[in-house]
Amino acid sequence: MSLISIFFTFFFYISVLIFIIGVSYKLVQYWNTPAPLKIPIAPASLNTSGVLIRYFREIFLFSSLYKSSKWTWLFGWSFHLALVLLFFRHLPYFWPGEVPLILYKTEVLKYSSYLLFFGLVGLLIRRIFVDRVRYISSPSDYLMLLLLIFIASTGMLMTFGNNHPNMLLVTNFASGLITFQWSELPKEVIFLAHIFPVFFLIAIFPISKLLHAPGIFFSPTFNQVDNARKKRHISDWALNKEEGSKIDLENNDNEKY
Amino acid sequence: MANDNPIKLPTYLEVPAIKKNAMAGNGPFKASEDIQNSLGFPGEKVDNWQQVAIDKMAETKSKYRSVQVFLDACVKCGACTDKCHYYLGTADPKNMPVARQDLFRSVYRRHFTFAGKYFPRLVGAKDLDENMLDDWYNYFHQCSQCRRCAVYCPYGIDTAEISMAAREVMNVIGVGQKYPNQILGKVQKIGNNLGMPEPALKDTLEDLEDEIKDETGVDVKLPLDVKDSEVLMVTPSADFFAEPHIDGLIGYAKVFHESGVTWTLSSYASEAANFGMFIGNYDVMRQGALRIRKAAIDLNVRRVIVGECGHAWRVAYSFWNTLTGIGSGGSDEYSLRLQKQLDSNYPQPQHMIEFTYDLIQNNQLSFDKSKNDHRIVTFHDSCNVARGSNMGDIKNGQFILPREVIKAACDNFVEMPKNTIKSSTFCCGGGGGLLTDDLIDLRIKGAKPRMHALKKTEQESGVNTLAAICAICKSQFSKVLPNYDFDPYMIVSVHQLVSDAIVLKESSDNEV
Repeated sequence: MSLISIFFTFFFYISVLIFIIGVSYKLVQYWNTPAPLKIPIAPASLNTSGVLIRYFREIFLFSSLYKSSKWTWLFGWSFHLALVLLFFRHLPYFWPGEVPLILYKTEVLKYSSYLLFFGLVGLLIRRIFVDRVRYISSPSDYLMLLLLIFIASTGMLMTFGNNHPNMLLVTNFASGLITFQWSELPKEVIFLAHIFPVFFLIAIFPISKLLHAPGIFFSPTFNQVDNARKKRHISDWALNKEEGSKIDLENNDNEKY
Repeated sequence: MANDNPIKLPTYLEVPAIKKNAMAGNGPFKASEDIQNSLGFPGEKVDNWQQVAIDKMAETKSKYRSVQVFLDACVKCGACTDKCHYYLGTADPKNMPVARQDLFRSVYRRHFTFAGKYFPRLVGAKDLDENMLDDWYNYFHQCSQCRRCAVYCPYGIDTAEISMAAREVMNVIGVGQKYPNQILGKVQKIGNNLGMPEPALKDTLEDLEDEIKDETGVDVKLPLDVKDSEVLMVTPSADFFAEPHIDGLIGYAKVFHESGVTWTLSSYASEAANFGMFIGNYDVMRQGALRIRKAAIDLNVRRVIVGECGHAWRVAYSFWNTLTGIGSGGSDEYSLRLQKQLDSNYPQPQHMIEFTYDLIQNNQLSFDKSKNDHRIVTFHDSCNVARGSNMGDIKNGQFILPREVIKAACDNFVEMPKNTIKSSTFCCGGGGGLLTDDLIDLRIKGAKPRMHALKKTEQESGVNTLAAICAICKSQFSKVLPNYDFDPYMIVSVHQLVSDAIVLKESSDNEV
């Protein structure tokens, strides 16, 4: 194997490793951190199915964002939708062995890259030209968008321009990563420029704002059921505090906290 | 009582362009050594304050999932940037919710994240230095913890949680705010925010009984410390002395009188407000709640009902059961005893609005609505009730019940614009421990979005009465309404409307 193929193969595995370890660490951290008080935000759900419906609306429709800002919603939702569609579009490359017929049908999803591009450019324009959003933006916020725009552009240039890399090589390389049967990747610069930032994004996922993806599921304002009067909600540390204190029912003002 | 220079309001609500440092300053008065010590905080800024603060941040984010997740999850989408009444009223970019959080988040990133440790500029990570601490003190006391931003955040990030955490960290290093901390000292020593002792409270209540008797000819009681009553009524102490609050208290008394349910106030727990929430301190908040639990046990009541107070209702509804096991589901000694003592046919605690609403539903109250015919009423949803609680255990009950109570007592009810009510309600501008004269400039500016909505409703429907169910809202509006060319007396308690229209059973013959 050529040096460059070895490099990208390593890069992929290291990125995935960082992703898995980092995200697992954050998931465990979020899981282990108690939410000591009931703080669901209106419109709060009075039961578990209400919470599930709320998550459905937030994750698939971005309903709170829709309420906030129609433009940000349009760009953000388009971008995320396109991201999901393009994930499926890329699945056949990684599919080990015989590719199921249905996955070939994902070919048509390539057009969603226009939606991706549209969403990202919209978000970037908003970040640059809305004074409030510009004020809250760090260099990393711009870089993240530029990186994604770069990924989208290189992908579109390969798909819709006359820059097709050798697709057999692409498939062998990608599925080889999954089956551990490593092979050469195509050496076209545009292809390498396409996958390098993708691997990079995978690697920085657990140390960047991409943590919003797992974070939303742990948000107490969203995931709590509004039933504080019916069911006592208490964290371990608060319970320990209570048990450590002297309980004297006749003179409970003498209680030590 | 029109103000000489009322602020002109535009015909539509403008999102201002950012004006850096528009609200720069030293923040509200700081708490004295004595005040700080009374709550167990250092009297002055400790020597190694940076280290103490960072350690406290680590502790807070390990005890509060909200803080940890909210610090990580923000993508700086900007959805919240035009949602805060303080931003809309001041244009200071640090009053945008995300920018306010970023004061805390940038320090979190610097000290607790890989990217912030090694690439601080790239991700906007900053050290906790004197300037940063000054910004914390100034801008975390320009947040009323109203949670409007959280309604609009795609991840439910709640700036109130961050602002509470920051205030807690500042208290721990000895930099506390005078207003809430002084009040908390009073409530822990005497039982209410005013520092009003039992004899004074007793006198006040007797005076009120006389007043009601003079006005209606009916013996409506305001009982204090009466053991074995059915209901313990816990209300903000402003209801005992301030206008228009006191007319709400008279309203509660009349409703209880009509219901035939025995009730009592407690001199030991004569305060529903719990400023422990504002400073983000679990223990202080719990101490306030424990006083009420003790009163409930000592007075051997069957029900606990909370008066018109926004954050008090959030604490009571959402936190009491956690803090003290006052509701059901707890398994400690107190909870078990309270569960046996309290009447399980009712949610514990209940809001006064729920109590009145139930009576109305059962046709146990009669009203002469013509008494309120001179009013065109609108309702200000208080932020803590609207976004942090429920009533009636039905979806959106906290919006439905108060309106139904108002409509039962008044014929003319109108709504303010849709994006300024219910879960989108604008804060009065004085919540979250900011109801102090040293912040009056901020309070006037922060009231602007609400005043704007009210002005629009005045122009369209001639509204002349603003009803609320929060002691802070009532005090704040009384103060700021003239600044926007409104009558300061247009703000009333919902139970004042009830009080004015209710027909007392024994009164039908005696009425003058």
